[in-house]
Amino acid sequence: MKYRTVVEADKRADQLAIDPVLVERWLVAFLRDELVRRRRIEKAVVGVSGGVDSAAVAYLCARALGPKNVLGVRMPYKSSSPQSRRHGLLVVEATGIADVEIDISAAVDGYLATEPDASAQRRGNVMARTRMIVLFDQSAKIGGLPIGTGNKSERMFGYFTWHGDDSPPINPLGDLFKTQVWQLARHLGVPKQIVSKPATADLIRGQTDEEDLGITYELADRILDRILTGYSSADIIAQGFDAKDVALVERKVGATHWKRHLATTAMLSATAINEFYLRPVDY
Amino acid sequence: MASPRRADRASRFDLALVQFAPVKGDIDANFGGIGAALSALAAAKQPFPDVVVFPEATLSGYFVEGGVRDVALSARAALRRLNDVAATSLGKKRRPFDVVLGFYELELGKLYNSALYATLGPEPELRHVHRKLFLPTYGVFDEERFVSRGRRIEVFQTKHGPAAILICEDAVHSLATTVAALGGAEIVYIPSASPGRGMEDGEPSNVRLWREILRVAAAEHGMFFAYAGLVGFEGGKGFTGASKLVGPFGDLRVEAPFLGPALVRAAVNFEDVTVARAALPALGDLEANLSELIRQLDQRSSKLDLHKSKAKKKRR
Repeated sequence: MKYRTVVEADKRADQLAIDPVLVERWLVAFLRDELVRRRRIEKAVVGVSGGVDSAAVAYLCARALGPKNVLGVRMPYKSSSPQSRRHGLLVVEATGIADVEIDISAAVDGYLATEPDASAQRRGNVMARTRMIVLFDQSAKIGGLPIGTGNKSERMFGYFTWHGDDSPPINPLGDLFKTQVWQLARHLGVPKQIVSKPATADLIRGQTDEEDLGITYELADRILDRILTGYSSADIIAQGFDAKDVALVERKVGATHWKRHLATTAMLSATAINEFYLRPVDY
Repeated sequence: MASPRRADRASRFDLALVQFAPVKGDIDANFGGIGAALSALAAAKQPFPDVVVFPEATLSGYFVEGGVRDVALSARAALRRLNDVAATSLGKKRRPFDVVLGFYELELGKLYNSALYATLGPEPELRHVHRKLFLPTYGVFDEERFVSRGRRIEVFQTKHGPAAILICEDAVHSLATTVAALGGAEIVYIPSASPGRGMEDGEPSNVRLWREILRVAAAEHGMFFAYAGLVGFEGGKGFTGASKLVGPFGDLRVEAPFLGPALVRAAVNFEDVTVARAALPALGDLEANLSELIRQLDQRSSKLDLHKSKAKKKRR
């Protein structure tokens, strides 16, 4: 008898694949529902950095609300890369959204003049928080709402400025790993040079995310996904991942749980907010 | 000669499933939304349906956490307001019709995730209240923290035949649909609120799972499942409507899109139940083996109890 051999496909290898058509539909519905139906706000404000995350969000907002109802705010600092500026303009042109450039150098330098010895990290945090001030103020100016652009990988790594780039009240990308944002961005039509360039926060000249993190997103996302799904580190290593990479990812996730929460408040009563007094965000 | 079973219920009736997007925590607005849905059904080309099914937590939205105390009301109070809303929105054209409605219930100081079955009209009648037994308390869900468990799955008589209600996760458990089928239900109404997740392939994976679960259960028991799904986003979690009628052959009769409000219209013909159960008499076979299976379950559950009491003693 001749047997046909049928082998189970390696499902885990494809675990991070998304259906970008479905994700676009879902996120456009999400933005319309959260902004228009629930809050009766027609306008969105997106900080357009020239990177893939904010580009994807600008495309999604333009499709959800119409390009005229989306304001792209480009906020360069004097050391920002000229390429970021060019790519930001590309996004604005391709989506047809409204555009404003607000140079944050004077605001940032005004404060840092009193702190000349601030480290590069502190300076980067000041820039990120200054950008948030601008985004919220621009939103107030046009009666809109700032839309977040943080992805799941950087949220899990704590690779963002707390109460800086994580602060917009609505975020369509926060449950997508960076590699999934790339898939979505390609589908949305984000220009290739934006999707394929090395990701960077552009807070320090020449920095890239992957050098800062010490691991590629392609590898990190697959490890993160397994950790979030509930696999033990021993099992992840047994699946063929390097123990050092797994340890690095676990360390970063473990050290940053606090960044994914609001402030820790001392509990003194049986009515402590968000401990006993529980109401959902949209109540 | 007419079958004696046929006398038990109308053989055919018209069904509407209202895929509803509630306003969070605003009962008045949601009764208004129910009125608008009834008006839309009345304005449609088709005759007004005999049974109208609304999803789980229609009056408040699903994720209300501690706010369940603010939005819960008694089944009688819900019925009164429903009947008022129906009278206002349908006016004189109105004839009696039945409704299934998911809501947070306050009864004797306890809170439940419930669904009522009532006949609306000049003399409104509450026929049944089902309290959700399986309260998902994992991952994104936290029901058992805020509401009490229901205890029973009852089959109740309606003008349109014997029915049962299961709320969302209740219907995921094959034993629950089996209890409804063994109790004589020929249709199970399923008000539901299912947050979408799993975006890998064409539709959220929970939509696919629900379709498969209901098709398998419908085919096994030879009965109808009328599933009404909540829609809209609540705090970033989007509910997948995909309201559907599954026939007793396990056949998907109609299904709404998973996004956005919708009115689903379908006809239920209980003769299909008779035909399906004759073609695949799995329910009859189960009845034949039931006493032995129950004996085995009893033994297992006594062993579990024994195990639990031994463990308790050890801990002491």
